Amino acid sequence: MKQLTRRALGPLALASSVATFVMGYFITPPDKVQGELARLLYIHPAQAWVALYLSFGAATIASALYLWPRTRSMVADRVAASAVEVSTLFIGLTLLTGSIWGRPTWGVWWVWDARLTSTAVLGVLMLGYLALRRANDDPQVRAKRSAVFAILTAINIPIIHFSVMWWTTLHQGATVFTQNRDLKIHGSMAWTLLLSFIAFSLDFAWMVRARYRIADREAGQRDSELDAALRARRTESAS
Amino acid sequence: MTVASLCDVVVATGSFPLLSGVNLTLESGMTYLITGPNGAGKTSLLRLLAGLEVPSRGSGAVLGFDICSAERRELRRHVGWLGHETSFYPDLSPTENLLFAARTTGADADFIPSALERVGLAHRAKVPLKSLSAGQQRRVSLAWLLVRRPQLWLLDEPFASLDDEGRDLISQLIAAAQSSGATVVLTSHGALPAKTNASSIVMVGGRIVESAS
Amino acid sequence: MRLVLLVAQKDLLIERRSRVLLWQVAPFGLMTLVLCGLAVGPNASTQAKLAPGLFYIVMTLVALLVINRTSQLESSRGTATSVQILGIDPGAVFLGKGLAMFIQLSIVGTALLAGTTVLLHVPLHAAILTLPVLLLATATLSLAGVLYGRIAASSANAGTLLPALALPAFAPVLIAGERAFSSLITSGPLARWVWLLGVALGAYACVGLLLYGALEES
Repeated sequence: MKQLTRRALGPLALASSVATFVMGYFITPPDKVQGELARLLYIHPAQAWVALYLSFGAATIASALYLWPRTRSMVADRVAASAVEVSTLFIGLTLLTGSIWGRPTWGVWWVWDARLTSTAVLGVLMLGYLALRRANDDPQVRAKRSAVFAILTAINIPIIHFSVMWWTTLHQGATVFTQNRDLKIHGSMAWTLLLSFIAFSLDFAWMVRARYRIADREAGQRDSELDAALRARRTESAS
Repeated sequence: MTVASLCDVVVATGSFPLLSGVNLTLESGMTYLITGPNGAGKTSLLRLLAGLEVPSRGSGAVLGFDICSAERRELRRHVGWLGHETSFYPDLSPTENLLFAARTTGADADFIPSALERVGLAHRAKVPLKSLSAGQQRRVSLAWLLVRRPQLWLLDEPFASLDDEGRDLISQLIAAAQSSGATVVLTSHGALPAKTNASSIVMVGGRIVESAS
Repeated sequence: MRLVLLVAQKDLLIERRSRVLLWQVAPFGLMTLVLCGLAVGPNASTQAKLAPGLFYIVMTLVALLVINRTSQLESSRGTATSVQILGIDPGAVFLGKGLAMFIQLSIVGTALLAGTTVLLHVPLHAAILTLPVLLLATATLSLAGVLYGRIAASSANAGTLLPALALPAFAPVLIAGERAFSSLITSGPLARWVWLLGVALGAYACVGLLLYGALEES
C-alpha cells in the first residue's frame, strides 16, 4: 500500500498539474473585471499556500521533532531541509507571479504591501537557513543549528506579519470567500482553484520526497565513506 | 572502582573517524599515559572522556555519566581539563578568570591565591591573560585544577611548552592528584619525567593498540 | 539569577578592558548616522521626517557589530573548551549574555539617539519619550542577538553568516521601533508597537531558555 502510494505520487502530481493548466488556460472563462489576468489566480494563491503554510509548516514540525530528544532523528532533519528548499522555490515563484499580476493591476512590479513584504522577508530567512546548512559540515551540528533557526523563524513569522500589516496594506482582499464564508467565485473557476491547491500540494509532496531521497543517499554515502575510513584506520593501527 | 568504560566508541567529524572503535576501562586513583603518533586520536580520546565529543557509534560512561546522552554536560563539571590552547578569557586576569570559574561552579574561591602562588603566577595574577606567555597561560589552567580538585584530571601534553621548572611543577601536581585519589589521564609524545608513574596506553589510527590496564 | 549576573558581569568586564564599544562600535554608529544625513540631503524637514527610520537602521547595524563581538568572546577553541568544562546552566548563559548586550546596546543607543536629535533635527520631547521604547527594542535585539550569534558562531564565515541570519528577523524590531518613534513625533498610535516589541521580547526569551542549551551542545 505504501509502495503504491509512493509510486502514484509522481503521476498524480503531474496529472493534477496538467489538469489545472488545461482548465485554467482553456476551460475557465476570463474574469469580467480582471480579464485574462485572473488566470494567474489558479497559480499564485496555491503557490503561496505551499510556500508559507505547507512547506514551512512541514519544516517547522520536522525541526521540532528533531529537537525533541525522544523523536530526534536525521530523518526529521532531512525532511526539514528538503521542505525549506521547496519553500524557498515556491516563495520565489509566489513573488514572481504576484509581481506579474501586480504590474497591470497596481501599475508597479512591487509595492510594500503587508503580505508581499512578509513573504519576501520569509524568503530571505529561508535563504539564511540554506546558507546556515552550507556553513556546517558536521551533520549533527548542522541539524541542531538549522532546527533552532527554523523554530526561531516560525516564531518570527506572525511577528513579522503583524508588524508589516500594521505598517501598511494594499494586498487583494478576500477573493474566494466573503465575510459570511459564502463563495465569491463560482462554477469552473471555483473548481479550478480547488484543483490548483490540490495539484500544487501534490507537487510539494513529490518534490520534498525527491529531495529527501537525494539527502538520504548522500547520508548513506557519508556512512559508507566513514565505514571505509574506519577500515583504513583499523588497518593502519594493526600494521 | 571503574571511572570510565568505553565500548567500541567511534567519534567522527564528517566521514573521517577521529576515534575508530575505542574499548577502554579506567580504574579510580590510577594514572594513565596515552602515547602515539600525531593524528592517533589522543586528544580526541581525552575530549571524549571530558564529555566534549559526541560519539557517532558505540557507548560509554565516565564517572557514571552516559557520554552518549545529555549527561555529558553534567560530566564536564566533574572533570579537570588542561588543553593545548589558551583557556579562559584573554582580556581578563588570572584572578578574574578563576574567580568567574569558581563563582559559577561553586568551587571555593579562597583557594585561588594559594593556587596561583603554587603555579608561580602570584606576581602576575592581575595582568590580562593575553600578556602572559603560552606556558604561563597554561599554568592558569593548572591553578584552576588546584582550586576545583576534580575527580578526573585530563591533561593534554602537559609538559609541552614548559621549562624545567614548569615540568617539575606538573610532576608535583600529578603526584598530589594521585595521593588525593584522583584519576589522572595525560597524553605525551615523549617519555614522562622519571618521577611520574603511569600505566601506558598506546594509540594508533584512532584505536588503542596497547594498554597496560 | 546569580549565574545570570555573573555571566553578564564577566562580559561587561571584558568590554571595559577592551573598550571595543567605546573606540569601535560607537564611532561606527556615529559615522553611519552622519552618512545617513548626507545621503538624504541637507533639507532639515526631510531629515526630521526620515530620522526615526534612519536611527533604527543604524541601531540594527550597531547591534550586528555588538552581537558579533559578543559571540566571538568564546569562539576560540581553548576558551570555548574551558567554558564548556565549567558546565554553566545554558539558560543562565543566555540571559547573562543577553543582559550584558542589552546594557551595551542601550548605552550606545542612547548616545546615538542624542546624535540623531542633534544631527537630524528630531524634536527633543519625542527623543526623550522614545527612550523606553528604545530600551524595549534593544532588549529584543539583545536576546535575539545572543541566539543568532550562537547559531552563526563557529560556522564557516561566521562574520558574514550572522547578518544573513539575523537581519530579516530584526525587521519587525526595526519597523516597530521606527513606527513608535514616528508616532511620538506626530502623536500617532503607539500602544500596538510597544505591544509588538513586548511580544517579540517574550518570544525570544522563551525560545532562548528552551533551546540555548541545544545550541551550546552543537
